[in-house]
Amino acid sequence: MKRRSFLKGTLAGSTVAIAASAGLLAPSQVLAAWPKAAFEAKNIQDAIKGVAGTDATVASADIKIKAPDIAENGAVVPVTVSSTIAGAESIAIVIAKNGTPLAANFKLSSLAKGYVSTRVKMGKTSDVIAVVKAGGKVYSAKKEVKVTIGGCGG
Amino acid sequence: MAKTIKSRAKAKGGEVTVKALISHPMETGLRKNKKTGKNFPAHFIQEVTASANGKQVLVAEWGGAVSKNPYLSFKYNGKAGDKVTISWVDNKGEKDSATTSVR
Repeated sequence: MKRRSFLKGTLAGSTVAIAASAGLLAPSQVLAAWPKAAFEAKNIQDAIKGVAGTDATVASADIKIKAPDIAENGAVVPVTVSSTIAGAESIAIVIAKNGTPLAANFKLSSLAKGYVSTRVKMGKTSDVIAVVKAGGKVYSAKKEVKVTIGGCGG
Repeated sequence: MAKTIKSRAKAKGGEVTVKALISHPMETGLRKNKKTGKNFPAHFIQEVTASANGKQVLVAEWGGAVSKNPYLSFKYNGKAGDKVTISWVDNKGEKDSATTSVR
């Protein structure tokens, strides 16, 4: 009995380590594709171009951005983007007035729905732009978020 | 490695909503350390991969502008009992992965 519980204990401890080493072979290979230039781009056009391939975006009413009108803390601004555009391949979140505007780019497989939610940092009051790529076209929508305390620098 | 990912997945009408919290400093590399006058070195998650039953659902590419201890939520077409795996890699090559079953 004692031996059994000992085994259980060691197993529980080691699963995490195994999961970490087994599950991560694939992502580290994909990592080479991390679009460094897009994330380091200093203006919106370059950032969008870097992830979507073109900066010619079409404003779309099918993209909904859920973000607070006024964010008290710019370090944590919840942003949810949902799109009803069929066949969305990627959703990018761009903060217009951040030093490097591109915050995140989500690549969706055919299984995924056009919905992502995360929290981002915002330096100051700015438009949050959602860029959705679908069927070779690039759509966008924006929403202004007022920031009372900036989240960049310290 | 310490456990860094907390995730939860729930099925409703053929759609699974996955929510995950990752503990990570998400340092942009631009914040100044007041004691030394130098910037804190950049340390942020660059890529988060999510898969269900071994099939890739979503790859998130992140920059330093994602908040500290990032939150991620997404939806996909699936059902209860699916195994959802979320893994991340940061700019220092650190990584973690966790699997949860859909309820």
